[in-house]
Amino acid sequence: MEHIPIRADTDVLAARQKGRALGLQAGFSSIDITLLATAISELARNILLYAHEGEIELRLLNEGGRRGIMVIARDQGPGIVDIERALQDGFSTSGGLGLGLPGVKRLMDTFELKSTYGAGTVVTAVKWELR
Amino acid sequence: MDVPVLKQGPYLIATVQSALTDADLAQLRRTLVEQVGRYRSRGLIVDVTAVDVLDSFACRTLRDIAHMTGFRGAETVIVGIHADLAFAMVQLGLSLEGVTTALDLEEGLAYLDRKQRSVKALGSRPRQSAGPRNLLHPRG
Repeated sequence: MEHIPIRADTDVLAARQKGRALGLQAGFSSIDITLLATAISELARNILLYAHEGEIELRLLNEGGRRGIMVIARDQGPGIVDIERALQDGFSTSGGLGLGLPGVKRLMDTFELKSTYGAGTVVTAVKWELR
Repeated sequence: MDVPVLKQGPYLIATVQSALTDADLAQLRRTLVEQVGRYRSRGLIVDVTAVDVLDSFACRTLRDIAHMTGFRGAETVIVGIHADLAFAMVQLGLSLEGVTTALDLEEGLAYLDRKQRSVKALGSRPRQSAGPRNLLHPRG
């Protein structure tokens, strides 16, 4: 399990490099490692953009011998007012910077978003090894 | 992390050698836009073979570089987007619309050479209108 605090752009790099290392450890294919690292990069970027700080947690999963990696992106930022809209393609409140969550959802196998307006956002997403 | 920029004839070649932070990317953008002017470059190649991830910010910065240097008369070619990155970029919904890409450095240079030749061929053709004079004396 890894906790990577996200406070600066260098932390975005650190988070995706940890994800890459964990993907290798889990025996992911190179393409899945790149998908995972890209998703982590985008989630960490969202934290910086919207909440300024937060953390990325990475967990190695094992379900009946099948390995996966869970990414939890957590912040105590402003939260998302309209979650449904945030999950629509092409919607971004930061001037087109973060392409946002629909893309991350496509990169990962499972995706869950919890956000309380004024209290923060938690995104939990899992990438499973291919079988 | 500084990105080395090599001047080769009328072209600049920037080779990204590792993962870049947002600040590094912004610095690269400034450097390249400035250097195409200083070296009077006609073409610019940005080689991203060693890049681990092209996320929304990196992609947008590459687009910016291509458009900004385009305004200064240099054509940019992004080379070396490997298969995994291309796959991830499409899943994420990114596009490099309006930006020329080539498989690798060799293809990128060949593309710029072809463009240079066609520009020269066009330039040597006699012009029909005498531009500025016609503007000053529209009927004369």
